[in-house]
This record gives sequence, structure tokens and C-alpha cells, in this order.
Amino acid sequence: MAATQFLWRHPALVKAWIFILCLAPLGLLVWDGFHDLLGANPIEKIMRRTGDWVLYFLLITLAVTPLRNAFGWRRLLQYRRMLGLFTFFYVVLHFLNYLVLDQFFAWDEIVKDIIKRPYITVGFSAFVLLIPLAATSTNRMMKRLGKNWKKLHSLIYLIGVLAIVHYLWLVKADNREPLIYAAILVVLLLLRTRWVTRMLNNRSGQVIQQAVTRE
Amino acid sequence: MLIKIHKKSDPLSSEITNESVYKARRDFIRTSSTLALGGLTGLGALTASLDTHAVTSQDTHPGKKLSNYKEKVRTVDEPLTPFKDVTHYNNFYEFSTDKEEPAIVARDFNPHPWSIKVEGEVAKPGTYQLEDFIKPHTLEERIYRFRCVEAWSMVIPWVGIPLASIIKRFEPTSKAKFVEMVTLYDPQRMPGQKRAVLDWPYLEGLRMDEAMHPLTILAVGLYGVELPNQNGAPLRLVVPWKYGFKNIKSIVSLRFTEQEPINTWQATNSREYGFYANVNPEVDHPRWSQARERRIGEFLKRKTLKFNGYEEEVAPLYASMDLRKFF
Repeated sequence: MAATQFLWRHPALVKAWIFILCLAPLGLLVWDGFHDLLGANPIEKIMRRTGDWVLYFLLITLAVTPLRNAFGWRRLLQYRRMLGLFTFFYVVLHFLNYLVLDQFFAWDEIVKDIIKRPYITVGFSAFVLLIPLAATSTNRMMKRLGKNWKKLHSLIYLIGVLAIVHYLWLVKADNREPLIYAAILVVLLLLRTRWVTRMLNNRSGQVIQQAVTRE
Repeated sequence: MLIKIHKKSDPLSSEITNESVYKARRDFIRTSSTLALGGLTGLGALTASLDTHAVTSQDTHPGKKLSNYKEKVRTVDEPLTPFKDVTHYNNFYEFSTDKEEPAIVARDFNPHPWSIKVEGEVAKPGTYQLEDFIKPHTLEERIYRFRCVEAWSMVIPWVGIPLASIIKRFEPTSKAKFVEMVTLYDPQRMPGQKRAVLDWPYLEGLRMDEAMHPLTILAVGLYGVELPNQNGAPLRLVVPWKYGFKNIKSIVSLRFTEQEPINTWQATNSREYGFYANVNPEVDHPRWSQARERRIGEFLKRKTLKFNGYEEEVAPLYASMDLRKFF
């Protein structure tokens, strides 16, 4: 209990801890690289791992708002920006791996891929769409854009769909994993619809009220 | 007959890194450190793993040594892919859809006893024990390129028997236009079959002239040892000018037919996979390019060769065919 209270009073510490945690997947990748644990096809392995983490971070980021609504954890919102930026960070690694290690700057092949291969077209679009979101994530940009900021950042829903379609379209036959992510995304998006939030608001309102009266 | 007893301390030939591989890896390390200097430190360093990979690879389960086979009946002037990579990175959906898991999941699979059913348009149908099936033939080592439809490739020293000499024994009738092969179906022993990822059992086929071609073999081993379970023990097809999925594993039946069989991947998605599946850089998979491939252990992609480099020998089989249509 004491530990929780300590953390409650020191949100910066929590934030630092989450930051380190978010770097762990990269750390593990580097570790595995140096210890020959990336298998026979390391470039493909890096592609998979960074891709997986993009999806995890995307879904975690999208879970923040519904969790806050459901449980009244207002503080979660402080970490949403960082989680979103880590999504972008892993997308950049994913793309650099494609550009440098996989294709080694074979521009003609890359252009062909982006135009001709639907799963790459979709994945690349998701990456490009994320750039303005990352660029406008500062407090100053939030203020400057005002109401438009929210509009712009609702692009993340589209990006989420594109990212999962990207995965779904690249598997050969076993689409169990992308379908699991798709199901989670659908739930996270449904939780944002008006009737669900209203329902949840009422319930969490009751929970909070009960907690307050108990105190 | 010379039987070499393999001592535990003796290194397997597969454990000794071939000099050219070693040099290629050195070059690779140099390339990747240049990359690192180029500001991509993290990712560049990761690729260093390619360098150490073959040097440290030691397999814990080298199978039973095969003796008395004709060495290097056929070879390619390219370095072999290390034993560890050949056996720990491959597709075998009967065990797992992951490429590293078959080695783990198939560990306890026991391919003995094993029998093969020969049926259909043949004069001598019947069920044969594996030993009897193989006994009349001399094993041959064939070093072939292996090209997966997913655009990665290897060089593998198979040990096997030309399919032609096996087929002749059973005397196919004049009606036999195709040979159809089927993988064992036993979800208890092949747990990947518990999910309907593909329409089990796995089925593949060849036209008679493809099956009789001198390059086509049934393999019982690789790197001088019995086929590891994950590579299709105890008997698999190897057709080096076709994509990997044609090379059906753990075969339990050969059926000679008049009709062209519908192979499993074609049945799964006929837009993407055909009956022929000849390696062809000019005909892309609808979702990705087949123009280049990543040779396992190499950094830069290499150009894919038509018929996987066996064009001279096999192109006549398809002389009058539109390869875009019959992909």
C-alpha cells in the first residue's frame, strides 16, 4: 500500500519507469542480436518483432481513453502521449529495417513495392499518416491547433485499421494473430462510441460514488 | 562397405564453417559497421548476429549417420547453408506455422515404423515398408538450391534417390499422367493439424515427365544424416526448380492418376498458388515480388534465377506453355 501511495505522489517516477519499460523490446532485440538469438533470418526477425511492437503500442495507446472512462483513472492520460510516441518510434525502426537492412536502399524495388503490393501500400500509408501526429504531439502544437488537434489525431483510428490490414494481408494462411488484434481494435473502437461511453460513464460514476461514500 | 563410427568429439562436417561463408560473413560485418557509422548504430549492430550465427551453431540432435551413399552426384558452386539454419528455419505447417517451431514441436515425432502406399495407375500397387521401399536403390548426395515461395533460399546437401528409378519399379500404366503424393495425417503426432490452417492432409503432385526428370529425388537425409523430423522425416520430395511448397514432406502415399491433382496450396488460394510453382523471377506472387531472394546467411538480396538456376535442364519440359498462366 505504501508503495502505491509513494508512486501516486511521484508521477514523474512512474513516467520514467514506463519510459524504460517501453524501451525494453528494443533492448531485447539488441541483446538477441549480439547473442546470436535472432535465428537464421535476422532481418526478417527484426521486421516481425518491431512490427509486433508497433501493434502492441498502438493497441495500448488506444486503450488509455477507454480505461480512463471505465475506471476513472484520469492520470493515465499523462502517459498517452508517450505511448503514442513509442508507437511511432517502433514504426520508424520497422521502416528503417525495411529500407536499410531488407532492401538496402533499392529505391526502384521500394517504389514498386509501395505501389504494387497492397500490404506494403497500406503499411506505408499508416506510417506516413503517423508522421503529422508525432510532429504535433507537443504542448505548443496542441495549443496552436486548438480544436483541430483532436480532429487531426482522430486519424489514429484509421491508422489502427491500416496497420492491422497490413498484417492480415501479408500472412499466407494462418491469420489467427492478425484476427486477434483486429478483434481487440474493434472492441477499443466500440468503447468510444457514444452509447457505450454513456453506459460506462453511468456505471463508473456509481463506482466512484460508492467509493466516496465508503470513505 | 565402410562404416564410419562417429565419435562424440568429432565435429560434424556441418559444424565446420565453409571458408567462403566465413569470408562472406566477414564482409557482411564490415558492411554492417559502415551502416552503423552511417547513423544506424542500433540496427546495424543487430545484423552482426549474422556473423556469429554459423560459427556458434551446434546442433544437439544430429540424426543417425547415413552410410554408403554416392557423394556429390550433383553440386552447385555456392556455399552450403549451415546445418543449424536448414534444420531450424523451415516451414512445416503440420507442426507449426512458425518457421522456428517445427524443430521443437517435432522433436518427439517418431517416423518409424513407416509405410508407403503405392496406388492408382500402376501394375504393382501395394503397401511397402520404408526399408523395402528404399533398399533396392543406391543413395546419392545432391546439393541443390532451395527457393521458398516466401523469397528466401538455401543451398542444401540432400541424400536421396532419383524418383524416376523408384517409379519405374512400380510400372505405371499408360494412363498414369500424374503422380500425387500425400503427407501423413495424424493430429496426435502432428499437432499443427489440429487447426484447419490448411485442408489436411497436405497433398502435392507432379506431371509424369517432372517426376521422371533426373533432378527430381525422394530425399531420406541431409548433411549425411537421416532427415530430421522437422525437415520431413522419413521421406520427402525434392524438386529443385520449384518453390519449396512443392517439396512435400513425410510422404505416406504415391498415387498415379490420369487427372491433374489439386495441390493443397492451390486449393487454399488458386489465385496465388498454382500446380506448377516453378521458380520464376518474371512471375510475381500477387502479393510480393519474386525477382529477388534472400539467401539465408547473406545480407544483400540476390537475383532469383529462372527455374532456380536449372533452366537448361528443365525448360524443355515447359516449352510450349505460357508460364504466366501455368504458374
